[in-house]
Amino acid sequence: MEVSEVEGHGIPEFEPRIVAFLCNWCTYTGADLAGTARIQYPPNVRIIRLMCSGQLDPIYVARAVLEGADGVLIGGCHPGDCHYQSGNYKARRRVAILHQVLRQVGLDPERVWLRWISASEGQYFADTVTEMVAALREKGPSAWRGQWSV
Amino acid sequence: MQGWIKVEDGTVQTINRLLGTLLAGGVVDGLVVPLRTPDGRNAVPALVRNPALLERAAPLAPAMPVNGGTVLGRVTATGAVGRVGAVLRNCELRAAVELAKVRQVLLDDVLFIGIDCLGTYRVDDYARMVEDGLDPVASALAMAREGRVVPLPGTAFRPACTMCERPIPGTGESYVPHLALGLLGVPDGERLWVAVRDEPLGEKLAGVLNLEPAEEPATRTEAVQALVAARTAERERRFAAFHARVHDPLSLLGEFATCIRCQNCMVACPICYCKECVFRTDVFDHPSSRYWDWAARKGGVRLPSDTLLFHVTRLLHMAHACVGCGMCSDACPVGLPVADVFRAVGQAVQESFGYVPGRDPAEEMVIATFREDELRELGEPGS
Repeated sequence: MEVSEVEGHGIPEFEPRIVAFLCNWCTYTGADLAGTARIQYPPNVRIIRLMCSGQLDPIYVARAVLEGADGVLIGGCHPGDCHYQSGNYKARRRVAILHQVLRQVGLDPERVWLRWISASEGQYFADTVTEMVAALREKGPSAWRGQWSV
Repeated sequence: MQGWIKVEDGTVQTINRLLGTLLAGGVVDGLVVPLRTPDGRNAVPALVRNPALLERAAPLAPAMPVNGGTVLGRVTATGAVGRVGAVLRNCELRAAVELAKVRQVLLDDVLFIGIDCLGTYRVDDYARMVEDGLDPVASALAMAREGRVVPLPGTAFRPACTMCERPIPGTGESYVPHLALGLLGVPDGERLWVAVRDEPLGEKLAGVLNLEPAEEPATRTEAVQALVAARTAERERRFAAFHARVHDPLSLLGEFATCIRCQNCMVACPICYCKECVFRTDVFDHPSSRYWDWAARKGGVRLPSDTLLFHVTRLLHMAHACVGCGMCSDACPVGLPVADVFRAVGQAVQESFGYVPGRDPAEEMVIATFREDELRELGEPGS
């Protein structure tokens, strides 16, 4: 478990690790805007850029989860705004299946978030990451962290 | 159109004669039907063009070496040479319907002949029965007349069969075959129950079938209902047992602890339709340094790697279309209850989309389509 000390208290605090799969046209650009606009958000997210959320094979998420990511964020264009017409609708189905499968095999679907964040929503991206980090802090580290036998 | 066909010298002989008439009369140009192997210890699907070979046909042999949906794909996917009659159990027919959705079975030239499934055994169990001189077909038919589907004393059906709630053609919203041959709840050994899907086909086959029109006998209706109820109860029991076993990361790991990563479950699965499976590509030929990196980060790494990822990914990719045939469990050399896992997870996914695998070839697979007006809350804050 990765720990850092809360300043002045000596209490080790858990730092969640989030793997984010963001579509090129909306959410990745939104994240970029958060950066260029100097909007502050927690540095707990590792971003992987996809050309479209519809490019997300659920195996990417399964890999991240089983490798011990505390959370997975999938970001795409708002419904109706997909650069490729319908990729985000396909992603939405896949995430619904993902949630269902995770729940059925005893894993926590609430660690996998889907969010529609447009290129102009830098603040919303920052708020989402902030909110997710807080939620994952509550949950504690993923049980898959450091699991050698996957 | 439904009714009785007279049985003169035996149910199997009557069915085989009917198949022979379809083939010899040109209703079909070929038949996919199980044939007894030369040594008699197995019954394997074959594409038959010569009616004389139907002497070896074993349409009721309770062995399932392969899902018939898979083999129907072989003889139709790139264009059937003629019209093919496919003699299938319901899980095979439903697999064929799923494969049709991804163009791996072409239904244009298929005449489905569905037969009541009176339960199947593992291939090795069936071979042993034959070696021991047992006649599981005669026993199954006798039981079916009493409205019961039970294994020979001292033996067991394949686990998937014990929880199969769609053993009868057309039940549970299954795709209705052109021709359905009924055995369960038929009051005596003198008759075979036959249902033809539609009137035009019935008229076309009138001379071949010589049906004596009748209403479905109450004995059959009740027997089917009772069987479906018993199987559904067993299904729920097995699902509950699965969820009692698997409820968190460690127990999920435990479920697949004995996996030897042979990938036989994937090979045997009729629904695993990808022509190039990601697990058979070089995506998983990691450079050696990757293992060392993993081992550095986690202290060590299981080898071969990615075992759980394999099963979870397969669940994500195909559980939505699982027909519950259980070929995966048969194929597992270490006896993992793969079919229980896939059925339990698949059922939840299927129900959440109102999807019934094998219902209608005109439907699209869950992951192949979407609706704009669905799942609206997903993607919104709090979801």
